[in-house]
Amino acid sequence: MNRENINIAILFIGLILLQLIVLNNINFLGYINPFLYILFIFLYPLKKIDFSLILLSFFLGLFIDIFSNSGGINAAATLFIAFIRIPVLQSVIGNREIDFNSVSIKKLPFYKLLYYITILTFIHHLIVFGLEYFKWNNFKIILIKTVLTSIFTIILILISFTFISRKR
Amino acid sequence: MQQIISFLYKNKYFLLFLLLEFFAILFTIQSHSYHKSKFINSANFVSGGFYNKINNIKEFFILKEENVRLSEENVQLKNLLNLQDKSFTQNDEVVYDTLKFNQTYRYTSAKVIHNDFRKNNNYLTINKGKSHQIKSDLAVINSKGIIGITKSVSNNYSTVLSILNVNSRINVKLLNSNHFGSLNWNNKDYNTVQLLDLPIQALIKVGDTIITGGMSTIFPEGIPVGTIKDFDTNNNNYEYINISLFNDMSSIGFVEVITNLDKLEIKNLEEKTSNE
Repeated sequence: MNRENINIAILFIGLILLQLIVLNNINFLGYINPFLYILFIFLYPLKKIDFSLILLSFFLGLFIDIFSNSGGINAAATLFIAFIRIPVLQSVIGNREIDFNSVSIKKLPFYKLLYYITILTFIHHLIVFGLEYFKWNNFKIILIKTVLTSIFTIILILISFTFISRKR
Repeated sequence: MQQIISFLYKNKYFLLFLLLEFFAILFTIQSHSYHKSKFINSANFVSGGFYNKINNIKEFFILKEENVRLSEENVQLKNLLNLQDKSFTQNDEVVYDTLKFNQTYRYTSAKVIHNDFRKNNNYLTINKGKSHQIKSDLAVINSKGIIGITKSVSNNYSTVLSILNVNSRINVKLLNSNHFGSLNWNNKDYNTVQLLDLPIQALIKVGDTIITGGMSTIFPEGIPVGTIKDFDTNNNNYEYINISLFNDMSSIGFVEVITNLDKLEIKNLEEKTSNE
């Protein structure tokens, strides 16, 4: 076990506990609960093909699902954004050939970081609420919930990013 | 064969993703159908124990409300006791009430350790399970009214399908007449549920009380549900009837689980009749 693996393990468990104990009980404006646990996907070290991230993101979502009685919706959504994060990052940077050893999320310019986080968060929330309602005639509710919750989640993710980058 | 293997090997990243995504969707679909979600629920050992720990802390803060509710119930029960015939209680002899040997319902008290009420499909988790003779499909109430029906059961915990669930249908009736309807929720407001299928012959007013109907083998008859908030008629039918619940579904502490001891007998009889 090197230092990086220990950090990832702490992040994994810490985010699950934070989500279940605090964030699932916020109910801001009646129904907005931010899904901060997807911060794990953003902070995980970048690599082109990464089996461990795919597996970890699946189990991260599944843990949240088991505790909130929601079947597999968080697992499906988290797994999906873990899979598409590299293509999204490539299109945000505008460069197909990224040197994964030198590029780091924390060194990106702010507007690119915001763009990257917004796309992934929005897709994640759309899948979560889409699977939760599971019907097309609820599309308006799904969209409203997705947008409002996304805004809240993105703000929280950006706040945690400033904390992390200040420490180093 | 070689080509298939090399194809699988080349695309193993994408295939792993597809496999896991398939499992996730499978769990989702299972959780949408009523009795199938076997292990992805909060009644299992790990999550049940976790919620129990958290609830021990939370419980401390609702003690006051819970005491008020208990004392209200006590007053009500004492009033009921006084309604009984005085001659029985004044004599110094033990009365064997033979009616009580033939018990129909058994009550088990339980504590709610997790409560959802803001989602589309809401569940509660309680701290009693198989080892306390809890099965699935039992009624869950508290002193103010109905809460839901037990769903998945593990050894020490069980999940409760709340009345605030799109899949929940409960047979109810009006207090002042015997017209039946079914209780449903349109996932808008967690203190308001809807009454469906009430015939137009039933005359209702705002403020009428709704109680459980006793047509099912789950709920005993006469458990309070709520009062009519507003309604509208259309084409000689009730278009909607909103009911405001007696219970505040956002703060539920202790509940009672009701087992119908005659359920098996009734079910067997009904099966026999339909087979003939």
